[in-house]
Amino acid sequence: MLTNTNSSMTTSRNLTSKQLPQATPWVIAVASIIVAIVIGFLIFGGFNIPVVAVLAGLINMVAVFALSASYEGRRKATDRVATTVVTSAFVLACVPLISLLWLTVSKGGAAINGDLLSRTMLGMKGILDQQYVAGEATLAGGFYHAIVGTVLITIAACVISIPIGVLTAIYLVEYAGKNRLGKAITFLVDVMTGIPSIVAGLFAFALFSTIANLVMPEAAGIAKTGFTAAVALSVLMIPIVVRNTEEILRLVPMDLREASYALGVPKWKTIVKIVLPTSVSGILSGITIAIARVIGETAPIMVTAGFAKNLNWNLFSGWMSTLPTYIYDSQLRPVSPGEAAIASSERAWAAALVLVALVMFLNLLARVIAKVLAPKTGR
Amino acid sequence: MSKQIDIKDLDIFYGDFRAVDGVGMQIKPRSVTALIGPSGCGKSTVLRTLNRMHEVIPGASVSGQVLMDGNDIYGAGVDPVNVRREVGMVFQRANPFPTMSIKENVLAGVRLNSKRISKSDADDLTERALRGANLWNEVKDRLSLPGSGLSGGQQQRLCIARAIAVEPEVLLMDEPCSALDPISTLAIEDLINDLKDQYTVVIVTHNMQQAARVSDRTAFFNIAGTGKPGKLIEFNDTSTIFSNPDKEETENYISGRFG
Amino acid sequence: MPTSTQTTASGPAGEPEPDSHPEPGKGQKPKAVVRPGDRIFSAATLIAGILILLILAGVALFLLAQSTETIKAQMDDPSSITGGKGFFSYVWPLIIGTLISSAIALLVATPFALGIALFTTHMAPRKLAPVLGYVIDLLAAIPSVVYGLWGIALAGNLTAFYLWLSKWFGWIPIFAADENGAVSQTGRTLLTASLVLSIMILPIITSLTREIFLQTPRLQEEAALALGATRWEMIRMSVLPFGKSGIASATMLGLGRALGETMAVAMILSPGLLTASLVVSGNQTIASEIAQNFPEAAGLRLSELITIGLVLFVITLLVNMGARAIVAKTSVKGS
Repeated sequence: MLTNTNSSMTTSRNLTSKQLPQATPWVIAVASIIVAIVIGFLIFGGFNIPVVAVLAGLINMVAVFALSASYEGRRKATDRVATTVVTSAFVLACVPLISLLWLTVSKGGAAINGDLLSRTMLGMKGILDQQYVAGEATLAGGFYHAIVGTVLITIAACVISIPIGVLTAIYLVEYAGKNRLGKAITFLVDVMTGIPSIVAGLFAFALFSTIANLVMPEAAGIAKTGFTAAVALSVLMIPIVVRNTEEILRLVPMDLREASYALGVPKWKTIVKIVLPTSVSGILSGITIAIARVIGETAPIMVTAGFAKNLNWNLFSGWMSTLPTYIYDSQLRPVSPGEAAIASSERAWAAALVLVALVMFLNLLARVIAKVLAPKTGR
Repeated sequence: MSKQIDIKDLDIFYGDFRAVDGVGMQIKPRSVTALIGPSGCGKSTVLRTLNRMHEVIPGASVSGQVLMDGNDIYGAGVDPVNVRREVGMVFQRANPFPTMSIKENVLAGVRLNSKRISKSDADDLTERALRGANLWNEVKDRLSLPGSGLSGGQQQRLCIARAIAVEPEVLLMDEPCSALDPISTLAIEDLINDLKDQYTVVIVTHNMQQAARVSDRTAFFNIAGTGKPGKLIEFNDTSTIFSNPDKEETENYISGRFG
Repeated sequence: MPTSTQTTASGPAGEPEPDSHPEPGKGQKPKAVVRPGDRIFSAATLIAGILILLILAGVALFLLAQSTETIKAQMDDPSSITGGKGFFSYVWPLIIGTLISSAIALLVATPFALGIALFTTHMAPRKLAPVLGYVIDLLAAIPSVVYGLWGIALAGNLTAFYLWLSKWFGWIPIFAADENGAVSQTGRTLLTASLVLSIMILPIITSLTREIFLQTPRLQEEAALALGATRWEMIRMSVLPFGKSGIASATMLGLGRALGETMAVAMILSPGLLTASLVVSGNQTIASEIAQNFPEAAGLRLSELITIGLVLFVITLLVNMGARAIVAKTSVKGS
């Protein structure tokens, strides 16, 4: 530390430096937008949002750098420009995402009603949609069957993948150590994470149609059932469950396991009574995330369960629809092509709203589970 | 109910690395034995072989004998789980089970060993163990609160209570005070003094004053350098070690001229 | 007294002399008594692990089994395969389409993802940051079919932009208009599909990168600030180097998602032959080819689709392995 007597002789360092007022970035931003609108008008002869946005962004950046560099110095200027660029990237990226949510809520919200939720597409005819578009009838059809299908197939997928996933994670963390099998499984789980969803669907279809060919060669198409779809989803879900559970189990401090062993508790009991209860919130929320992920899958369902119009409660026979395949089918193959296709599109948006709400709900649930069930530290 | 431990020719390995070489010592019942030495000298490793916690670490192994009242705990057919029920352990960092209340923590060893225990017995045992750990008066009104809500020193005493609730013969302590403030340390040291009436206590400590205060006998470990195995240099009465050690190495370490 | 654990220099195990040799000694691991509970439980977990091996082997095996018909047709009579010129000239344009759309998606999404991740971790107001992070996670969970629906609804708005692109940048083949000087009227082109893909993978890459940025050791950041670094310099000195391998792996994960993404492309793209230009209709990706043709397919066509699925599987496998190799290399010095 320089003492006062010293500072009279040496040049003391200056702790203050020139700094632009706090509001400067905002002022520059607003000014840039105005300038951009003016330039846009002069060059293109009109007001065009994308053009103005791009221009304003560029002008803003140059202005910020020039002003800051001349007043605050180069380093500060670079910092400001970086901040501006990152912030603009953020704002720009938010635009499509907000638009997506907005469209879903506005279009889906406009179409949705209790009838859509409680009816199926059984007996749906193009004429009904044409009447609706002509304003002579209310929107017919619905996706009750798709909701039921989604729930059934997802539950079946959970029944298959949760035990396999959680037990595998336990094996990897508690038993495998660094042995070869453990490494192989870790590697294959990684590979599985990368399987394209449609390939998972093709696998399940290939598996069951091979079996069906062996059992009943004459009944082709018997392979497409809700259960086949559940197997396809399991292929996608297992690696997520394994990864999430593994991560959580590794977070359980070694201390706790050792404390339990030191009390003379066998290993399996330590795992069941100490390790799992400590990590249960994390495991459950990981599973919920996995469900949210597979519940929106479309491709594997359409190649394994087809597109059903009717309500089907039987996982093991007949086609089934889920919300995603319903959305796809309605949008691309409307009941009544042409003018009245808009009716199918409206149903698709309504189903999309339900699906998005479901996924969001599951994600929220995962958060709540993680919070509520987490071990209380009390401090 | 405490036991004598005879360590004979004990070599300890982590994979291919020989961590501790040729240790032999006799630990007397109803006494406190302190293991001291610089970091990495293998004193904690030796401690962990006494209840077969060492082998929890993948790749770790042991050769030699550890006799507990004449029975080799590394003998054929010995179940480490049973050994650990006889030999309790307290760790460097207090580690109460976060999902359990104070009472459940104390009873954890008994409950997890699937012994049925009546409610009144459970209450008795809780009180006995907590009194044994000098914690009863501080927590008797909040037995159902999570154990992790206690202070560091209280948590460590809770862990001691948890260890003595399974009624072991021997109590191992791995630097039990290293994460605690002086007042909590004092409380634990007082407790160790009380515990030796009933248990064989072995304590690893970094703190030489602590070894001098609490132990009857002291073992000094050292290593020749990194990558070399740790060795037992001297094992003697604590008073001898700290006042008039046989070996110069011990003298240097005790007096702080280490290196 | 059991002596089985005693290995001395004279023992048959030939334990080396205590001091003479770096030759690793071996303590014997005592044979522990295995409790039935332990045995059952570890067996259960082991079986689950092995099931995963079986599933993956099954994926490869059953896809191969169903592909045999195509392979046979390719050998006997290549002209029977869709397109009439054999399997490779059928699958080639699809592979190109898949790679191009994923590459564009990645190029567009990564810088934005980094921007958002940095903004939410280091620049946004303290109170806003966790909320933004949460919103990003939610967006990452929106099903792709919804993105597809959204893409269809808005694709038409892009035609003006494409017209402008072809007018000014038409000399670059990928932005060229067709022979009539027009671009796609519906906007349902590969570029649109790629852009929607990029928006789809944006939240995924962001949320992974964000997590990595959040893990930057606070001490390193403070060390940089304590040296008098500005915020941007701090980010360049500590945050970015720390997250390097994480960013690479997040990007690769995004690429994997984009490669295998079916619905957004299947819904948006009006498919056609392979063309260089991305602003006219045409092109197709493997995943959407399968999705669009599978419901009506039977016999050889079905087998063809499964075979190109196998091709897609192999491609994503290669990309993932490449990603892992990159991550393994960079993370050695990185963190």
